[in-house]
Amino acid sequence: MLYLFLALPFVGAILPALAGNNRNLGASLAALAPLAALTGLLLNAGPIFDGGALVASVPWAPTLGLNLTVRIDGLAFLFAVLVLGIGLLIILYARYYLSARDSMPRFYALLLFFMGAMLGIVVSGNLLMMLVFWELTSIASFLLIGFWSHREDARKGARMALAITGGGGLCLLAGILLLGNIVGSYELDVVLAAGDVIRAHPLYAPMLILVLLGAFTKSAQFPFHFWLPHAMAAPTPVSAYLHSATMVKAGVFLLARLFPALSGTELWTLVVSSAGMATLLIGAYVALFKHDLKGLLAYSTLSHLGLITLLFGFNTPLAAVAAVFHIINHATFKASLFMAAGIIDHETGTRDMRRINGLWKYMPHTAVLAMVAAAAMAGVPLMNGFLSKEMFFAESLHLGLSGIAAWLPPLVATLAGVFSVAYSVRFIHDVFFNGEPIDLPKYPPHEPPRYMKIPVEILVAVCVLVGVAPAWIIAPLLDAAAGATLNGNLPDYSLAVWHGLNLPLMMSVIALVGGLLIYAFRHRLFSLHERLPEVDEKRVFEGLVRMSQGLAWRVTRVFENDSLQDYLRAMLMALVLALFAGLWLSPVDWRLPQMLPVDIPTVALGALLVVAAGVTALWHRKRVFALLLLSVVGLVVSVTFIRFSAPDLALTQLVVEVVTVLLLMLALFFLPDSAALESTARGRVRDAVLSSLVGIGVGAMAWLMMTTDVPRLADWFMAQSVPGGGGTNVVNVILVDFRGFDTFGEITVLAIAALGIYALLRELYLKAPELNGRGRPWAMETHPLILEVVSRPLLSLSLLVSLYIFLRGHNLPGGGFIAGLVTSVALLMQYVANGVSWVQSRIRSHYLAVTGIGLSVALVTGMGSWFFDRPFLTSAHGYLTLPVIGKMHLASALLFDIGVYLTVVGATLLMLSRLGRVSTLDRKRGGH
Amino acid sequence: MIDLSLRIAAVVVGLALLLNLYRLLRGPDLADRLLALDTMYINSIAMIILYGMYRETTLYFEAALLIALIGFVSTVAVAKFLLRGDIIE
Repeated sequence: MLYLFLALPFVGAILPALAGNNRNLGASLAALAPLAALTGLLLNAGPIFDGGALVASVPWAPTLGLNLTVRIDGLAFLFAVLVLGIGLLIILYARYYLSARDSMPRFYALLLFFMGAMLGIVVSGNLLMMLVFWELTSIASFLLIGFWSHREDARKGARMALAITGGGGLCLLAGILLLGNIVGSYELDVVLAAGDVIRAHPLYAPMLILVLLGAFTKSAQFPFHFWLPHAMAAPTPVSAYLHSATMVKAGVFLLARLFPALSGTELWTLVVSSAGMATLLIGAYVALFKHDLKGLLAYSTLSHLGLITLLFGFNTPLAAVAAVFHIINHATFKASLFMAAGIIDHETGTRDMRRINGLWKYMPHTAVLAMVAAAAMAGVPLMNGFLSKEMFFAESLHLGLSGIAAWLPPLVATLAGVFSVAYSVRFIHDVFFNGEPIDLPKYPPHEPPRYMKIPVEILVAVCVLVGVAPAWIIAPLLDAAAGATLNGNLPDYSLAVWHGLNLPLMMSVIALVGGLLIYAFRHRLFSLHERLPEVDEKRVFEGLVRMSQGLAWRVTRVFENDSLQDYLRAMLMALVLALFAGLWLSPVDWRLPQMLPVDIPTVALGALLVVAAGVTALWHRKRVFALLLLSVVGLVVSVTFIRFSAPDLALTQLVVEVVTVLLLMLALFFLPDSAALESTARGRVRDAVLSSLVGIGVGAMAWLMMTTDVPRLADWFMAQSVPGGGGTNVVNVILVDFRGFDTFGEITVLAIAALGIYALLRELYLKAPELNGRGRPWAMETHPLILEVVSRPLLSLSLLVSLYIFLRGHNLPGGGFIAGLVTSVALLMQYVANGVSWVQSRIRSHYLAVTGIGLSVALVTGMGSWFFDRPFLTSAHGYLTLPVIGKMHLASALLFDIGVYLTVVGATLLMLSRLGRVSTLDRKRGGH
Repeated sequence: MIDLSLRIAAVVVGLALLLNLYRLLRGPDLADRLLALDTMYINSIAMIILYGMYRETTLYFEAALLIALIGFVSTVAVAKFLLRGDIIE
């Protein structure tokens, strides 16, 4: 049930796409999932209000401590209700806010994705699982802020938000890993109960700082506050959601969630309260001077988040209660204010408060709603904002600090209160009164559609109801949430509107009067403010981004300088270092191996190998000649493999050799006959030294491997081949069974490489050279008759051999890879002898499809073992008696081998036939 | 008896391989070198078969079969290259 609850928004994200262009239907479908989730939650809320929690848990990756635990206690319940409830209102609001040009399904899908991610954070009962959803909110908010991707400010704002919150997410990951190590579990129940252990641990300080970095970046605390105002580029419904119930609230949620585990130390108080205080003041101050309606609200959000953070920083249970209470209140009034701002933007076409004036006359209904919400933001009595602000003032007085320190919190609180009143007054007075509108893009403004106001009305009603009758409306929810925040140790507090004439009330009065005074003298303040140097965080941030990009680019260029020789040199150098370090560091027992008797054919083979390889190096610039010599090397290596009993390797080497020659011949056509001398004498000496070192090192390693008697992996494979894999050919059994997963990875790489080559060559047509290397024209005959006639019967013969090699693979040398290459060579032979069009008119299937089918067969075979509760690619085998053929051994690995075979055939042919066609068109046109 | 003749045959084929290499290196033409390589393939078949007989096993037969079946494809490709430049057209 609980998992269904968590999955609902994600599933629901698909629904709006079904509605097509019907906007009402789209919005209704989008609302379906959150509505169902909210109903389900409320119906099952009973135990939560009794201080319990709804919990469900299944192990996901138990060895990592990662369980899928859903745990809904009071705090999670409160947030879930906010996320789903406000989300529903946003969906309704967005239906009227989005214009016909915006893609509604995309918007709703992203919004629901965001909702689901946020819901995941709050109901996660496992810290690692929470982290996954934490990152999802970063991604979802990135996509939503950049929803209008054609606008530069949207893209940059989105990128900034992602960079800051993503970076914070990394810190949080590190912090949570530390926390999990300290506690020994990532389960929330265990962590919350282990507060004393955590605080006493030597790693407490770094862990706390990392976790707080995560929380502060998300909730836009100073000095990471700047991404939030730039996120204003998002569509207003997104802003309203981002600022009220999600995203920034995830940061303060984390503070609340881990409050019992992490708080209670001086470090916590110091860091959390100073960040909160700074954010509170900066936000409140800057908000007053913003001419942009949404900008004002954004900075006010900052200041309120700072307030909540500061309350957590006070480190007392009562302050935590106040913080939770303010989270609720802020969510309601800020969402309604943003929606009102969106309505005004929608109806006037601008958000500049110097132009929007006197709207009272044009939209009285909206004006009343906005004014009530702004009053709640200012903390006017009988509004919900007043109650939590009062608690905040009271807490700031009762911290038990001494000396000047005792004066600081109340002073800061009152000052922030003064500014908060001032910007709220500005919001009301500038927009709805203060003369006539100036030069509006849309004139005259009028009331928005009826349904656009309903979400605002609901939220404003909540503000007022909570403010007038807190004990009835909000007390049970607050009790449950604050109790869960404090892990059950709820202090006594009273939710009354009137506490008598006391200091907090005095502070409220000072704030109200001071705020009005400041607003009255605003013009002088504005001109003063304009003389202050302005710091544009975006420019600083963009500069930093550019700087780090430049640095990354330079570092990359050092290693990636486009010189293949340099790459090779670096790799070989690393190899030499590793080899010689290994020889140097480990005790080495040099001894002579048991010698085989020397015979002439073997000596002849050795001589062939040495001479051919040496001459290849000497003459490598004569390309065709070097290729012939290389073929000799390959051939001799194959025969050597046979001489020393490695028939599998010999077969593979032989076919690879042929395919390589074909490939190189195709490429050589477009290259000059001989390569230019590019290396310097010094470079050649250096390379000679390096290659000799590599040779000596590898040789020494081989010597040691063959002369030392250590238990080797090979012995195990030899012993296990028949009982474990059901095949006597160890090489093949290793490939398709023991290390089947490796093989699967390799054929995937092969397929990807083929796809890449296909894509690169698709539109490439090169001009064929007119003359051959010696300056003579090419022969006229394209496909010699004898070759044509001989090659055709060879095809069936080759395919038969290929089938034979494939089938015997499991027990004797052979297998899918070799068989695949043999088939490829046989088909390529037809290309060479008969031409592209001849083959293509006979083979209709597309090699790309063959490759894909091969991969799928391998994958499906691997997954098949899941149905028998075995790991991926477990092989089953048995014996089958067939007429004519006789007793046959069948292993499921054979199916996997078919996949390998098809992939090899498809990929090889795809690459080579493509390469072969690069010049064909040109020749056809040229009439050769 | 058969053992001795196998040894002699192997020595002879080994020498032939060396002579093939000499022709491949000397040339003078690319066609000469190509023929030398083709002959080396054929001599390798002989070598492998002889070795299989000497060890009294059929395990190496497929290698010889493969060389016989597809070894000449490289020769054909290079020959086609010398004639037309483009081996797949």
